[in-house]
Amino acid sequence: MNRLKLATVWLGGCSGCHMSLLDLDEWLIDLAAHVDLVYSPIADQKTFPEDVDLTLVEGAIANDEHLELIQDVRERSRMVVALGDCAVTGNVTALRNPLGEARSILQQVYIEHGDPRGILPSTPGIVPILVDQVVPIHMIIPVDLFLAGCPPSGPRIRAVLEALLAGTPPELVGGFG
Amino acid sequence: MAARTLTINGTLISARSNETVLEAAREAGISIPTLCHLDGLSEVGACRLCLVEIAGSAKLQPACHTTVTEGMEVQTDTPRLKAHRRAIVELLFAERNHICAVCVASGHCELQQLAVEVGMSHVRYEYLSPDCSVDISHARFGIDHNRCVLCTRCVRACDEVEGVHTWDIAGRGTNARVITDLNVPWGEATSCTSCGKCLLACPTGAIFSRGSTVAELERDASRIATIVAARNERW
Repeated sequence: MNRLKLATVWLGGCSGCHMSLLDLDEWLIDLAAHVDLVYSPIADQKTFPEDVDLTLVEGAIANDEHLELIQDVRERSRMVVALGDCAVTGNVTALRNPLGEARSILQQVYIEHGDPRGILPSTPGIVPILVDQVVPIHMIIPVDLFLAGCPPSGPRIRAVLEALLAGTPPELVGGFG
Repeated sequence: MAARTLTINGTLISARSNETVLEAAREAGISIPTLCHLDGLSEVGACRLCLVEIAGSAKLQPACHTTVTEGMEVQTDTPRLKAHRRAIVELLFAERNHICAVCVASGHCELQQLAVEVGMSHVRYEYLSPDCSVDISHARFGIDHNRCVLCTRCVRACDEVEGVHTWDIAGRGTNARVITDLNVPWGEATSCTSCGKCLLACPTGAIFSRGSTVAELERDASRIATIVAARNERW
């Protein structure tokens, strides 16, 4: 039997969705019998590989690095799942949107409310550049499945993974928050 | 009161002649999603979630504001209606900043629940992300415009049940906001009796009791209907 190539990606989010995934405890050992984790914040792999079967994406699109990575994710994954409210709606990551464009946000955070007053971070090529408006991932690439929740509980993630491994359409229960 | 016989989703039901389609459906155990409707308050037909199809009419009609007629054939759950309902809920989410994860009403919110009911997996529209204020000038309550859906349940509860009319709506379209008195901070609205009926009536986390934090705001909106029933029956 072919092992499923699984990837997980961490964009603009708090890592809580990955914590929820890890919260599946010993079931992860069962999962490991069926999948190869080919890319993940918890795997030592620097570039997003080719020919991935299933990618879970945590987080919203908040900077230029996310914009670039999400394109690779889409091109190289058969199925992309938006994992959690930030990926699905923008959520907490998008709380900055009403405050204006990236430059104005940085000004407010680092200069106006900085104590002591700081400087605007600028390290081209090292620190990613913020996009002006945080957006959910389906605004940039087509998404196959939306798994909401902040975070989605371990059992909900497990139910989706089990269905996908079995080749049946997952039943999504529960909603945002 | 004369009776009327009609069909809802093919099921034959009878209703009193002055009943709305919504009332008749609920008595027959048929659920129609609503948001601006609240038992005990007048109907405004503002949210359009209860739109139904009526045979012979090309227009969709709000069930809360349509009186039953003899022989009426109503459909409440067609693919067309489901698509409209989902779009309506998505537009509500896109219009303000409804961040369930950090909302006082999370887990006890009618909008959040509606999203599940109508199968809103995600919002297909661009979020407007408006810059909305939060007014906590009142000693006991706050109003967070980020969460307001303009259902006017607070306006009607204050006007019709408390008899005060502290609340109203100012502005038009996406600029519309609920206001207190002549658009003064709530704490300076001298007509407000601090009765809390607006808090009971609000379907989301827009009106909250001060001091409540994420997911802590539980309320029983049916208490508005209880108050109204008690008065009518002279309990």
